[in-house]
Amino acid sequence: MGYIAASDLNEALAVLAAEPASVIAGGTDWFPAQGDRHFEGTLLDITRIRGLRGLARNAEGWRIGAATTWTDIIRADLPPAFDGLKRAAREVGSVQIQNTATVAGNLCNASPAADGVPPLLTLDAQVELSSQGGTRQMPLSHFLQGVRKTARRSDEMLTAILIPAMSDAARGGFLKLGARKYLVISICMVGVIVTLRDGILQDVRIAVGAASPVAQRLGALEAALEGVAVTDVGTRVTSDLIEGLSPITDVRATATYRQDAVVEVIRRALLQAMGA
Amino acid sequence: MDKHSAKVITGLTVNGVDTHVEAEPGERLSFSLRERLGVRDVKIGCNAGDCGACTVLIDGASVCACLMATQQATGRHVETQSGLVKSDADAKALMESFQHHQAAQCGICTPGMMVSAVALLRAVPRPDVAQVQDALGGVLCRCTGYRKIIDAVMDAHKSDTLSETGQELGQSARRLDGQAKVDGTERFGDDVAPQGALVVRVIRSPYPSATFTLGDLEGWQDARPGIAAVLTAADVPGLNAFGVIPGFIDQPVLAVDHVRFRGEAVACVVGDAEVIAALDPARFPVEWSPQTTLTEMEEALAEGAPLLFDDRKGNIMCGGFVQCGDAEAALAAADVTVEASYRTSFVEHAYIEPEAGFAEVVDGRLHVHACTQATGMDRETLSEILGMDRADIRVVPTAVGGGFGSKIDVSVQPFLALAALRTGKPVRMCYSRLESMQSTTKRHPARIAVRIGAKADGTLCGMIFDADFNTGAYASWGPTVANRVPVHASGPYAIRDYRARSRAVHTHCPPSGAFRGFGVPQSAIAQETAFDLLAEKLGMDALEFRLKNALTDGQPTVCGQVFDQGVGIAACLEALRPGWETAKAECAAFNAANETVKRGVGLAGGWYGCGNTSLPNPSTIKAGVRGDGQIVLHQGAMDIGQGSNTVIVQIFAKALGVAVTQIAVVGADTDVTPDAGKTSASRQTFVTGNAARLAGEALRGVILREVNAGPDAQIVPGAQGIAVRDGAREQTLDLARLSADAEGYVLLAQETYDPPVKPMDENGQGSPYAQFGYAAHLVVVDVDVKLGQVRPLRFVAAHDVGRAINPLLVEGQVQGGIAQGLGMALMEEYIPGHTENLHDYLIPTIGDIPPIETIVLEIADAHGPYGAKGLGEHVLIPTAPAIFNAIYHATGARVTHAPATPSRMRDALKEAGHA
Repeated sequence: MGYIAASDLNEALAVLAAEPASVIAGGTDWFPAQGDRHFEGTLLDITRIRGLRGLARNAEGWRIGAATTWTDIIRADLPPAFDGLKRAAREVGSVQIQNTATVAGNLCNASPAADGVPPLLTLDAQVELSSQGGTRQMPLSHFLQGVRKTARRSDEMLTAILIPAMSDAARGGFLKLGARKYLVISICMVGVIVTLRDGILQDVRIAVGAASPVAQRLGALEAALEGVAVTDVGTRVTSDLIEGLSPITDVRATATYRQDAVVEVIRRALLQAMGA
Repeated sequence: MDKHSAKVITGLTVNGVDTHVEAEPGERLSFSLRERLGVRDVKIGCNAGDCGACTVLIDGASVCACLMATQQATGRHVETQSGLVKSDADAKALMESFQHHQAAQCGICTPGMMVSAVALLRAVPRPDVAQVQDALGGVLCRCTGYRKIIDAVMDAHKSDTLSETGQELGQSARRLDGQAKVDGTERFGDDVAPQGALVVRVIRSPYPSATFTLGDLEGWQDARPGIAAVLTAADVPGLNAFGVIPGFIDQPVLAVDHVRFRGEAVACVVGDAEVIAALDPARFPVEWSPQTTLTEMEEALAEGAPLLFDDRKGNIMCGGFVQCGDAEAALAAADVTVEASYRTSFVEHAYIEPEAGFAEVVDGRLHVHACTQATGMDRETLSEILGMDRADIRVVPTAVGGGFGSKIDVSVQPFLALAALRTGKPVRMCYSRLESMQSTTKRHPARIAVRIGAKADGTLCGMIFDADFNTGAYASWGPTVANRVPVHASGPYAIRDYRARSRAVHTHCPPSGAFRGFGVPQSAIAQETAFDLLAEKLGMDALEFRLKNALTDGQPTVCGQVFDQGVGIAACLEALRPGWETAKAECAAFNAANETVKRGVGLAGGWYGCGNTSLPNPSTIKAGVRGDGQIVLHQGAMDIGQGSNTVIVQIFAKALGVAVTQIAVVGADTDVTPDAGKTSASRQTFVTGNAARLAGEALRGVILREVNAGPDAQIVPGAQGIAVRDGAREQTLDLARLSADAEGYVLLAQETYDPPVKPMDENGQGSPYAQFGYAAHLVVVDVDVKLGQVRPLRFVAAHDVGRAINPLLVEGQVQGGIAQGLGMALMEEYIPGHTENLHDYLIPTIGDIPPIETIVLEIADAHGPYGAKGLGEHVLIPTAPAIFNAIYHATGARVTHAPATPSRMRDALKEAGHA
């Protein structure tokens, strides 16, 4: 019971091994979920752990430390494939939220409407989970298991998000559909990455959020768009190619609306990424 | 058990001062700053990062202090509004610019806005509109409509050139009470309790309809040291009911054995702050037995539905009716008719300040400090509940962080009063956002059916209006809505044959009450959008159609009331003509070139009767001259951000014939200020303004008589007392020879004004209001036909205010009203049990309100002070229908269910033939 601000990773992992603890960084999801309840557990603050914040480039690609905030992402010098992630970063809540909320926290919170997930899925992100027993890696799509459900064990901490190197020709896009401008939870959102070669789409990646318990890559649509001319993209994105979504009706929109809107939002996200 | 854990000492720098704080593990920084370090300029509106009122700078970056553990601030520099304005050049500039633009109305969001703006200005000294919006997008404001805030931030760099044009009547004086709002010293409901006050927490029903039995309260309390009292219905010494309309005092302070809505109070617990903070209300000993829940009006009206009140047959609380001529016959004789039906939703007031206050017993009298719109009514209500003489109760309002109607009803006041009297100690409470949204009043959802006819030449020919309003579990202001709507549902147009009926229907929803417009914004949606359909059928221009039927001086309203002067609707509509013609051309050109986004322009008119409907509605103002010559105004009209603290003084100064700066103002405080009535029904400028005018004139008469001066003499207050200049003659009042009264006044005047109204008969014929104010709005919108998103691009708002006492305050009201109208039209939908926070319940952000041009028209009203008319509610009545008419113009899609969320819009667009 209490508050622990770990200064290095080993200390944090020892805490997690010893007792159940709530891991916080930005706290932007933890505090609202806490509401007005009195907190009686242990809080593990990971923002003071050395080396946990920031982006680093290495031979394999990019490493986003677990304490990296959305503002860090916005300010980072990143190739155009990350444009979708950067756009998503600007749409996370508000500047206040972006200044403290972390990318890793967004994943661990596992909201179906997590802004960071679709762009990270298109970036083929892996997550690194650390515990006293060692470190394991898995694709983000495996890590996210359902609404508020992840593969993280209680003795583990998400220590980094790993993104494989990509061609500089790849371009990212992101669109979030909401009922107001700022501070909005999305009705649905789309992250895309495309590579254009002589007006032809290659390596198309499309992910949709807030239209299923966990954001999904749309494999069938991606495959169908491979090799398609830029000018044909509008007509080639069709609802029959969109598989695996299961939108619900809630206070933000009806399931039917989401199903319809996704098609249009994908088209626009692709146009955005293609710079059209 | 409800336990609290060991505290942790955290060292941090707050506003430049190294300090340390002992806080619970994971305690919110906002709480520590306010409660442990006394930094009360950090406001708490939601505790969820949804409103941004608690924004502080942490090492220069804006952060919601409610989303940061105090321990996370270890070693960091925390800056807040009150510190920044003392040391930071950008904050000082913002302070000046916010005052100049009246960018603070109620002031509750101002700390968050200014702190966010400081972070922006440090990085971008001269930001553009989009940069301001991005930087301030995380702070919600419910009063201003944001445009003045944008102006203020953009002009901060030239703050030293911003000068006031003047303070006298007709000039845009800065708010006389504005400084505290921009320097962090304003004190709202939760900012005034003394250190160590006990805390009150209400136990509420988790069910919308249930019976309940309380368990072993004594045992529960004994097991929890630090709890001073547990109060239930049995502890209410007087009437265990409150309400606002005689005959409809029906809501228990604490329910006895059953509840009628989710969030209804059944008990309250009083204790030490830390004990109450650790309390788990779910462990309170109460057993619930859920009963049939009636959520929709259809269910409540169904044959055999259980009754919420045995004596309210069919769950119909009351109704309203206005009839003139023969509507059916006229419709039969009309050349063209339209028939339409509409639904609107619950709308939450969503002021950023939750209900809060404190109470204490002082010399045997009860003092209640709380955010309120109605000090006098609060005192009357408490007197009944407590069985105490009114003279033994003092209500001292705090600054009010937005009200919009809901803070006319009591909320925290009875609990505070009961707890203070029971414990004999100072007690405080502040509703959580959840509690505020669950338990306080809402705008009535409506189901409306209209039939309207016209002759081929465009003359209106018959209108029939039927509306049911979901009034929720208790009466509140439901009877007022039921009464007001039939009087207003015609809009400001001449209709000789008219029948309007309204009913207030009980359901197990939160009580619907007063919300800016008392049902008229809902009825205007029906009437004004049906008018566009009618104009289309007639092949007439929508503006010409309205002008043809606009009420003029001398024409009877549907109540048979004839105004010989002051009818300003035609002028408002005419004022929109240039914008209308331009926008129509712009839309045609745009739509010829665009397929996915369609542009449309819409307009709507509106009117609103100022003051109570056919009921007495007095305001009293007192003013005096002290022995030292100081003129003092006792101003009891609650300023909830709309500006009465400024307007009433401007009126009084004009009547007295002195400068605004020469007047000292006290109040509001029921011990000090005579009752100026409630801040509602757009009545303060009109009714209290008249009382201030009369009091000013009376005091002027008293002063002039002292020196036998003529009526045109000039009163010249100075350091040596008061002189009177009458032509070439100047005399100084010999105040020393006058004896002072108990309050120290040697000269005194007190005047009351009550608007001349007459009762309505069984057909609603009579004189319900002494004056109406008039308005017409124009809006241009873009509709994304694929996604159903609607984006208003600009508004033009023409308002006949009779006389603009303070033109900038007029603009502030108009812009803020339009923001609320836009929210009601496009996004706001309170669903009990589902949207009880500010991220599921959406109000417009700074990025959602487009530029608003305000056209102020001054068609003087014979009853208004210097011709002035009320304005507060008129400002949102035409907004939603104007938006819906613009959507129709853009796309042919008809909005019949507000709000027009993207989902609903897409359905409407599909129905209109859009793929």
